[in-house]
Amino acid sequence: MLTSSRRQRIDDLAAGGGAPDAGVSLAVSAWRRLRRSPLFLVGAAIIGVFVVMALLAPWLAQHDPALRLLDDQVSRARNEIPPAQPGHPLGGDQQGRDLYSRMLLGSQQTLLVAVLATVIGLGGGLVLGTLAGAIGGWVDSVVMRLVDVMLSIPSLLLAVSVGALFARQTQFTVILAVAIVQIPIFARLLRGSMLAQRASDHVLAARALGVRRRAIVFRHMLPNSLGPVVVQSTLVLAIAIIDAAALSFLGLGAADDSVPEWGQMLGRAQDVIDSHPQLAFWPAGAIITVALGFTLVGESLRDALDPKNRR
Amino acid sequence: MSDVLVDVDGLKVHFPIKRGIVHDRTVGYVYAVDGVDLAIRRGETYGLVGESGCGKSTLGRAVLRLSEPTAGRVVFDGTDLAQLSGEPLRRMRRRMQMVFQDPLSSLDPRQSVQSLLVEGLRAHELDRGAEATAARLRELLDVVGLPANALRRYPHEFSGGQRQRIGIARALTVEPDLIVADEPVSALDVSVQAQVLNLLEDLQAQFGLTYLVIAHDLAVVRHIADRVGVMYLGGIVEEADADALYTEPRHPYTRALLSAIPVPDPEVEDRREQILLTGDLPSPAAPPSGCRFHTRCPWRQPSRCDTERPPLREIRPGHRVACHYAEDIAAGRITAPTGLSASRG
Repeated sequence: MLTSSRRQRIDDLAAGGGAPDAGVSLAVSAWRRLRRSPLFLVGAAIIGVFVVMALLAPWLAQHDPALRLLDDQVSRARNEIPPAQPGHPLGGDQQGRDLYSRMLLGSQQTLLVAVLATVIGLGGGLVLGTLAGAIGGWVDSVVMRLVDVMLSIPSLLLAVSVGALFARQTQFTVILAVAIVQIPIFARLLRGSMLAQRASDHVLAARALGVRRRAIVFRHMLPNSLGPVVVQSTLVLAIAIIDAAALSFLGLGAADDSVPEWGQMLGRAQDVIDSHPQLAFWPAGAIITVALGFTLVGESLRDALDPKNRR
Repeated sequence: MSDVLVDVDGLKVHFPIKRGIVHDRTVGYVYAVDGVDLAIRRGETYGLVGESGCGKSTLGRAVLRLSEPTAGRVVFDGTDLAQLSGEPLRRMRRRMQMVFQDPLSSLDPRQSVQSLLVEGLRAHELDRGAEATAARLRELLDVVGLPANALRRYPHEFSGGQRQRIGIARALTVEPDLIVADEPVSALDVSVQAQVLNLLEDLQAQFGLTYLVIAHDLAVVRHIADRVGVMYLGGIVEEADADALYTEPRHPYTRALLSAIPVPDPEVEDRREQILLTGDLPSPAAPPSGCRFHTRCPWRQPSRCDTERPPLREIRPGHRVACHYAEDIAAGRITAPTGLSASRG
């Protein structure tokens, strides 16, 4: 036991030493680093604008995206498409619908595809990766062989195959196709870091302490394995947008084009890309910008979560 | 209640070397621990020394059954640990704890000190209400010499010595009988090593702990251990009371180890006997036949050394040596050829 004078000295030291009472957790210190990163700020600004745009689209768009308002200015024979004009800042598309309104409302669908595909992919990957990494043995072998098979197929080809499985393509089949491609990537990533955690000293320490297995997996292994997975999720948000656009472009997007989506708009624009490149320019530019935003955030998150950068 | 807390009997831990694409074929074994007998008495500190890779850490883990033994038994206070599994084994872990070499990597970076310490209490239903737990945590911080405001901070915010104190506090949460300390100070600054060793000694006196201290630093073991076992390639080659071992080493390997400690007096340093070992530690995957040490032993004899593995035999009460010729070497009947063992000066 410490003598009371020594204890007093320690307490005084602790109180006067300026040591903060509450410590700084890893997440908090990562956030502090993140806030100072210019890449993160640019990416976050892009995503912020995009999300606000998607949320406010119904009020910002002046026209119904399905209405063929400028139909009188469309002529298939003379290859005429409505140019920009008062009330229609970006002009119209091949069917005389207001391009500006379609771009705005298209952001909703694009956001939906990105978020849902990522969540489904992440969810599936978390389950498979946790099973493989935490249980190991034959469960690990079975799961990882399955994952290997899926990874051996080029991702776009796999997405196209999944998309083509459905008799009728809708927005949901696009999301599912994009998500399934991401599951093995998440699973492999998570399993890898779970295995590293399983061999780590602090998991051994928890085992030696007699902590129950479930608590070890969910309190120690999983939280410490999530860093790379979180980074990957932000990158997958970008990949999902691009993949969904590719599927739409290849004709596997939603068949119904009264609900606009950027990839689908880009796909429809390819017929007239020589004479009216603006129809491809706006959706393509939007896709690239948003994908860049997510990628920037993902990259800066990777740096911020890297333990080597601590302090 | 018997005098012996931990009885290790013929313990072997072999790790299979696997190769193959479809089916993992076992192509050999690493004989990390290969037939160890030792007994740790209640309340004593048993020091285990040896080079890197000699299997001392594996032995420590096997004693706690964190590694599965291939053969042999570890009897802890009358219970054969190999017979336990699942919940009974988990319950048993309350009585035997471990302190790790690297205090940072052995503490979960995402947990505050508080949740690290509470975890052990919770795992063994020792947390009886918020009030009692808080008092217990304060007491633990107090005994290991950490400030009371450490609870809400995280491992990376502490110095190396403080982290090791957190690790020790965590081991103490469950009130164990045995603590296996695997290189408890080798990752610390020399100035902090003594503090941590003294803390371990104080705690032993205060709580009646039994220690198995694993180290490669002979000075550390001499400082803290009552009895010392010297390991070489998976086996114990010599075991004696600490004083006897350091003053009268009987095994050639122990003599070589001790002669490698520099003496802070240039004249003594020049005159004293130095035994230089040639060659490297053989691979534990392909240990030498006969005496494991015969490939490097300056006193090697042509007859038995490379064919017959010497058993650990008692040459004096409490002093065990695994060498066919221990008495002969001590009496000077066998001398090392010059060139292998050189007296400088």
